[in-house]
Amino acid sequence: MSQSHQLRKLHGHIMEGVCLLAALAAVIPLFAFLWHLVAMGAGAFSPALFTQLPLPPGEVGGGLRNAIQGSLLVVGIATMIGIPVGLGAAVFMSEFAKPSIASGLRFSCDVLSGVPSIVMGLLAFQMVVRPMHHFSAFSGSVALAFIMMPVVVITTQEMLRLVPHSLREAGHALGIPAWRIASSISLRAAAPGILTGAILAISRIAGETAPMLFTAFGNPFMSMDPKAPIATLPHTIFTYAISPYEDWHRLAWGGALILVLGILGATLLSRFILWWHQRSLNS
Amino acid sequence: MDAPNAATRERTQAKLARMPFPEDTQAPSPWVAPPAPPEEIRLTAPASEPRPPHVDPFGRSTGRSADRIFRLATGACAAMIAGLIVLVVVFMVSGSMPAFKDHGLGALLSPAWDPTNQKYGALTFLFGTAYTSLIGMAIALPLGVLTAVALVEILPKGLAKALSLAVELLAAIPSVLLGLWGIFELVPLVRKFEIYIYRSPLGLKHLPIFSGSPLGVGFLAAGLLLAIMALPFILSVSREVLLQVPKSQREAAYALGATRWQAIRRFILPYSWKGIFGASLLGLARVLGETMAVTMVIGNTPQIKASLFASGYTLASVIANEFTEAPSDLAISALISLGLILLLLSVALNAAARIMLIYLNHSQGAPQVAK
Repeated sequence: MSQSHQLRKLHGHIMEGVCLLAALAAVIPLFAFLWHLVAMGAGAFSPALFTQLPLPPGEVGGGLRNAIQGSLLVVGIATMIGIPVGLGAAVFMSEFAKPSIASGLRFSCDVLSGVPSIVMGLLAFQMVVRPMHHFSAFSGSVALAFIMMPVVVITTQEMLRLVPHSLREAGHALGIPAWRIASSISLRAAAPGILTGAILAISRIAGETAPMLFTAFGNPFMSMDPKAPIATLPHTIFTYAISPYEDWHRLAWGGALILVLGILGATLLSRFILWWHQRSLNS
Repeated sequence: MDAPNAATRERTQAKLARMPFPEDTQAPSPWVAPPAPPEEIRLTAPASEPRPPHVDPFGRSTGRSADRIFRLATGACAAMIAGLIVLVVVFMVSGSMPAFKDHGLGALLSPAWDPTNQKYGALTFLFGTAYTSLIGMAIALPLGVLTAVALVEILPKGLAKALSLAVELLAAIPSVLLGLWGIFELVPLVRKFEIYIYRSPLGLKHLPIFSGSPLGVGFLAAGLLLAIMALPFILSVSREVLLQVPKSQREAAYALGATRWQAIRRFILPYSWKGIFGASLLGLARVLGETMAVTMVIGNTPQIKASLFASGYTLASVIANEFTEAPSDLAISALISLGLILLLLSVALNAAARIMLIYLNHSQGAPQVAK
């Protein structure tokens, strides 16, 4: 009896050790990645990275100004399309739609959020690039907006669901029209959560590369024309990473550091907004 | 998901309808309109004027038409979301029609991919996608579940929180950056491992899965990157599932004299398997369409080999590599049809997993997994 007890304990300790090892292994990739990124990216990090344009292959130096500004433009237009549509759909689902329609819409959002981003890129190619007969920054934005919409709908709807019904009932009791209840009560109460979701959605599309390949297409020159091909940061990193030039690899790491700082910054910002909101609720 | 709001509104309106209006009761009320102007000022006053529309005492709009506009606008947004699914299916099917007409469905099972000679078979890429996804899931699933067990059952709360934050950050890293890291750090490591196997005195290189030359790039490197990308997803869902196991389940185990591991192994994990299975289907759907990281480390060679060390090609990476360099409209159409396959696979897996999880939630009130 006691011997079997000892055995059971030993077996338990060994297996728990395996679990702890797994937990350790699970965080190794993140730290290996960040370590390598900082080691390689810090060397490339300089004002020139932000202010200069890329040089022809083989020449040392240059920066990623066109890609950084291009990313801001493409993601900006995508946000202007994706966020309003996502918000509107989520408001409709939680304020006006019948339960069956709302759950059907929710199901399609869940499925859409699982569609590979490259397929959304193909859709934007078929819808925008084909009829226009050329690649454009706008088509890239359309692809990113498609990727973003279901994500925004899901997070917004989750947040609207947390708003107590008593608040809305109070609005009805005061005779406030439904649109004011939706905009000034429900959306207002859920605003911090919705903002967090929007920031996360933006940081997700900012790193998308696959749909950019055949929509925004990339551009070695400076361009801010939505109707022309444009360079984006992730796409430029990809092009430079698979190139044979040492100096382009250096620029790729510099660009990667910018992108990660932006995304981690946005993630931390969203966590801070939630934390701050929680604190102000509690006090 | 439900619209209790609509129900609430109906209830409120019903109540209001039962309530007497001030005009009906003739009671003095601050809400009645200001007294009518003297007769002589009235220019057009029909004898039997219908009741004037309700005027808000503070001059605010009653918002009935604004309501209708608002509802229409948000409804249009919702219709766009629903329409997106239709759009993606319609455009992908119409785009791949020329290739299907030319090659028929038999192309799915043909291994030949030769755009210059107008041969477009999908089998190589289906194999590559399936093989890399399986390697990725085979690594990420046990690792994710064991880590979730460590986080929920073993580690102290603070440490567990820090660890899960770290893994969540891993999920935020774009695929192209993991690919960059893969090219410059993971592939050399994999190559070292492959050389080690190649030189090992046990003759491991004669095993079919270790055969071939040690290039570094190939199925193994791609599978490892996919595992890294699937891990945060599987971990977070498994964690949710484990947290939902009722406390009584644990207490029962300890009351029977189980050690902590026995409680985990025989009482907690069996309760969670179904939820974890659904989660891994979702993870698989996500991994199937991963493009950039895989493209950067798989070697991009259309071939079917069982060896982990061989280079390969996946559905997503052939689209990424060849789309802008396609020699003909037929080639573009063939690539779009590969995208259609990806779309159908991911939609089918997603829908199956969601329906399964919904069914599970209904049947036992257990794991709520919809993230």
